[in-house]
Amino acid sequence: MNGVYWKPIAELAEDVQKGRSSSLSLVEKSLELIKKNDEYKAIVSVLEEPAKNRAKQIDQRVKKGEKIGRLAGVPFIAKDNFLVDNGKTTAASNMLKPFKSPYQATAINKLEEEGAVCVAKANLDAYAHGSSTEHSDFFTTLNPYDKTRVPGGSSGGSAAAVALGMAPFALGTDTGGSIRLPSSFCGVVGYKPTYGLISRSGVVAMASSTDVIGPLTTTVEDTALVLDCMAGKDELDMTTIERDKKSYYNLAGKGLASLKIGVVKEFFGEGLEDDVKKTTQSVIDRLKKAGAEVSEVSLKSSPLALACYYIICPAEVSSNLSRYDGQRYGHTGSQAKDLNDSYTLGRSEGFNSEVKRRVLIGTYVLSSGYYDAYYKKAQKVRTEIIKETDAAFKEHDILIGPTAPMTAFKLGENTEDPLKMYLTDVLTVGSNLTGNPSISIPADKDKNGLPIGIQLIGRQKNDMQLLEASKKIQELVNG
Amino acid sequence: MFGIIDLTMAKITREDVLKLAWLSKIKLKSNEADRLVKELDEIVKYVEQINEVDVKNLDTTDQVTGLTNVMRRDETIKYQAKPGELLDNAPDKEKNQIKVKRVLQ
Repeated sequence: MNGVYWKPIAELAEDVQKGRSSSLSLVEKSLELIKKNDEYKAIVSVLEEPAKNRAKQIDQRVKKGEKIGRLAGVPFIAKDNFLVDNGKTTAASNMLKPFKSPYQATAINKLEEEGAVCVAKANLDAYAHGSSTEHSDFFTTLNPYDKTRVPGGSSGGSAAAVALGMAPFALGTDTGGSIRLPSSFCGVVGYKPTYGLISRSGVVAMASSTDVIGPLTTTVEDTALVLDCMAGKDELDMTTIERDKKSYYNLAGKGLASLKIGVVKEFFGEGLEDDVKKTTQSVIDRLKKAGAEVSEVSLKSSPLALACYYIICPAEVSSNLSRYDGQRYGHTGSQAKDLNDSYTLGRSEGFNSEVKRRVLIGTYVLSSGYYDAYYKKAQKVRTEIIKETDAAFKEHDILIGPTAPMTAFKLGENTEDPLKMYLTDVLTVGSNLTGNPSISIPADKDKNGLPIGIQLIGRQKNDMQLLEASKKIQELVNG
Repeated sequence: MFGIIDLTMAKITREDVLKLAWLSKIKLKSNEADRLVKELDEIVKYVEQINEVDVKNLDTTDQVTGLTNVMRRDETIKYQAKPGELLDNAPDKEKNQIKVKRVLQ
């Protein structure tokens, strides 16, 4: 479990480009590790033949002297809410079980242009609605460190896959913490870019004003390289922003001595597990010793961020999921008598209880008579949270805290209490509401050997600065 | 911050839940509806905490990119999917068109 399974991604790609190793051998290694770790149930489908064929093509092009790309021949795993050619895309939901995607996500296209090979689709909570991967309609993924515990969610499959070495990197989505939380629970690096940095075209939509795509890896360098390959404006996604002209992989930068770090007071309240608190404090102490300027900062409204999120997110979910009417794709109500039945039966059968819950809450907060009191008010509270965050960044370069109040909980521990499950996101949702980039870096293990992640939040639209600081902080933590 | 404080308001009824289901075109079984009354009530009570904030002088935030009026040229492009492929997923087809149940009774 603690082994290093892969060389740094840049080296893997160089090996393939220089003919020192073949893409096929990397893909076969990945497929083998996927098979070997089947008991963790991280994978929904394997793209064995298409991946091997792609790898062989890349190897042939290398032999002809062609330049492939910065991810030449490197295998990766995509969360099953990314549309990928040659395979199924289910979003781990019965609603999309029969669905074969007619096109591919921009992010996947960009990775393939650099030579990467998608080998499998990872498990998730259905439609990404969840924090534990227990709401997958197919099966639950197990935590690589303890099979009686959850991997976190909703990108639980992706996080477990990287932790178990199935591929050098995986893709996830983060709407309320769904990359960072499972990364913390599984001991890997999970990155949530600034909202709009990577195109969401071809990714199953959840909450459109907070949905983000990001990589899961074992090092910040790998994260930066994969991010650089995916970032950029896309005509197919009008919410994409201008990216940094320089490469995100260009991570030099000053040392920790000039870094102004803000410790978020509200992230250390009662209810934080002891070991999580101790670990985060220990990292902060080491940062002080390394010369960083560490001071406390207050984000006064952050205790309300979760309430705000669980109005806005379900509202946008209820809107986004209205497209699943069973007429053009997806599960359809085969016993339907009339048109209305045909919409209703399909949705009732295809959506699980968590999905239904969110759709109904969303419908409630948007409905006539309640819109102003809930949705509109939440959008104003969101403004307040953004203002406070911007103010904090006037005095600080990075904000720090734990990623989650706890380490991986037991399977079934929170499934009977939806609200308790939602509380796992309490420290991550802020960055989704504001759009700021944020990362979870593995820091230590608790007394049960379970991974603890620390969270760093960066300046709005300044992913470069966050990545530079993260690289130095990961070195400090590992050193 | 990490716990649930009951500042009682909400009071979702079974009628509310059934209406919401009707609006979202979902048919609930009886026990599903019963469960959802309790769950939605608890969740809505929790999110009502936002009432603590004085929002008088605040605008709404609809999106965080700051972008406005993002335009593209009004041209057809060559896209990944072919028309036939787009129809492959339809449950019922006739002559290159998606077939649905009768709309007007």
